[in-house]
Amino acid sequence: MNAIRRVFGLVWILLGLAAGYFLVVLQSFALFEKGGMDNVVPAIIYSFILAPLLTGGMVIFGLYALQNEYQR
Amino acid sequence: MSESIAPLENEGKKLRKVIAASSVGTLIEWYDFYIFGSLSVVIATKFFPADNPTAAFLSTLATFAAGFVVRPFGALFFGRLGDLIGRKYTFMVTLLIMGFSTFAIGLIPGYETIGFLAPVLVLILRLLQGLALGGEYGGAATYVAEHSEPGKRGYRTAWIQTTASLGLFISLLVILATKKSMSPEAFANFGWRIPFLISIVMVGISYFIRKNMDESPVFQKAKDEGKIVANPLKESFGKKLNFKFVLLALFGATMGQGVVWYTGQFYALSFLQKVANIEFEQSNYIIAASLAGGTGFFIFFGWLSDKIGRKVVMLTGMLLAICTYRPIYQAMYETADVSLKTEVVGSRKVTTDYMMIPKSVDLKKIIKTKVAYTDGTEMTEEETGLVTLFPGKNPVKPEIKKTIHVGSGGFWYLIFLVFIQVLYVTMVYGPIAAFLVEMFPTAIRYTSMSLPYHIGNGIFGGLLPAVATYLASKATAANEVAKTAGQQIPFDKPYLEGLWYPIIIGGVCFVIGLLYVNGKDKEIND
Repeated sequence: MNAIRRVFGLVWILLGLAAGYFLVVLQSFALFEKGGMDNVVPAIIYSFILAPLLTGGMVIFGLYALQNEYQR
Repeated sequence: MSESIAPLENEGKKLRKVIAASSVGTLIEWYDFYIFGSLSVVIATKFFPADNPTAAFLSTLATFAAGFVVRPFGALFFGRLGDLIGRKYTFMVTLLIMGFSTFAIGLIPGYETIGFLAPVLVLILRLLQGLALGGEYGGAATYVAEHSEPGKRGYRTAWIQTTASLGLFISLLVILATKKSMSPEAFANFGWRIPFLISIVMVGISYFIRKNMDESPVFQKAKDEGKIVANPLKESFGKKLNFKFVLLALFGATMGQGVVWYTGQFYALSFLQKVANIEFEQSNYIIAASLAGGTGFFIFFGWLSDKIGRKVVMLTGMLLAICTYRPIYQAMYETADVSLKTEVVGSRKVTTDYMMIPKSVDLKKIIKTKVAYTDGTEMTEEETGLVTLFPGKNPVKPEIKKTIHVGSGGFWYLIFLVFIQVLYVTMVYGPIAAFLVEMFPTAIRYTSMSLPYHIGNGIFGGLLPAVATYLASKATAANEVAKTAGQQIPFDKPYLEGLWYPIIIGGVCFVIGLLYVNGKDKEIND
């Protein structure tokens, strides 16, 4: 089970990076381009709140998992 | 024998007092936080006129900032205080800040009277509400858990867990009761202030109950032994040993719990009103009845988590939720879908009215259609268009507003469908306070448990209505484009697309929880 926990660390890192790419590049850029309050506010939330949290958090969490920090 | 029972009885009495004092205060804080959301339409007209872009921007900030950004900051600020000076004093401060802010919102003159100062003051007070809420929950949960005996911590802290739903329930009741007690004009003029103003009485009572409570025995012991850390923030987030558990608490528990919570209690209401077009009052009754029926289950699942473990209860709730959300929302949609119902012959009534538009030569044309169906459902459709006196002018697309009042069978069925979602909420939320408290040592408990809780709920959960609505409207728009181009529509059920957000977030959280969360309960008297 510890080996599975460790291998999944890589999955969390990739998932974090994918989430960041999706939120910033695919969503926020388009919303910023459209302009207007309804688009800019979600774009700010995606780029500056959700993406750093998801990407940063998941990458660190994945690294810890890879380093066997969660083994029992 | 009576000598040994008496201290036990006193201990039980004291514990009940601790739970009551903590829960009532937290309940009031949730009530205060929710009345702003529930009255947002009225507040917008009084403080944030839509035709003024700056005021509209402040309104958006008030909605998003208080729910997303400020709550985690409140968790950090008050969590640190709670780990340094004590749980009791900190959650009394949060109670007072919340009470003062709520009461003050009820006193602020409108935009028409004091101009821009009005939205600025409302924004500041709303941010203070968010800060206070960020600090309150961790304090109350830690305080109760540190008073509880091992083996009953889930049950005892579950009382705190009921407060968020009860706060929402009471806010809906107070608003409905205030609305019913006066004319719509009186409510719009001053009645909306009453739910804000009465909060001060509740806060006052709660303050005096809490004032007489003792500090948490576990914290007091740690303080007496000199085990309090000088910098709880650095200790919680700067040391891998603790920070890895903060991340695990967030990604393996509170992130999924947050989206299940917001889907069951907020998205359900928004879906009933905006997608299923069920009228305001009936949709609120549906939510209120489901909450009333489901609230007791917080206690049950908290108790159950003491017996079979927190992990199994929370993850079962999460799994059930992500597997059944789509069929549940499909059933909700179909219950209100009049195209699936049989019209009562001769019930269709159509009336047309014309209204003058001030300072315009055009006329407003309102076509009102009322239809009754055999299952007792009634539908009102209002089509508002313009009759222009200039033939060359571009025609404006008429606005169509549909309101549905479902029959009694549909009404109870919808209560049942929302109740199932509330049941999932109670499974994931009931044991979470005990789960979080048991993850961290006394010296940093308040700080460490508050942050993942408020990021999970405030950010991942709080974003749910906005993200889900965005996904659903994007799917609807894509279908319209395809229809116009004569192509096949890409989304068969666009109204269900918003559910992918809680399903994906909940799914990731479920796998992380299953793999990494320890199922065994821990001792907290470290």
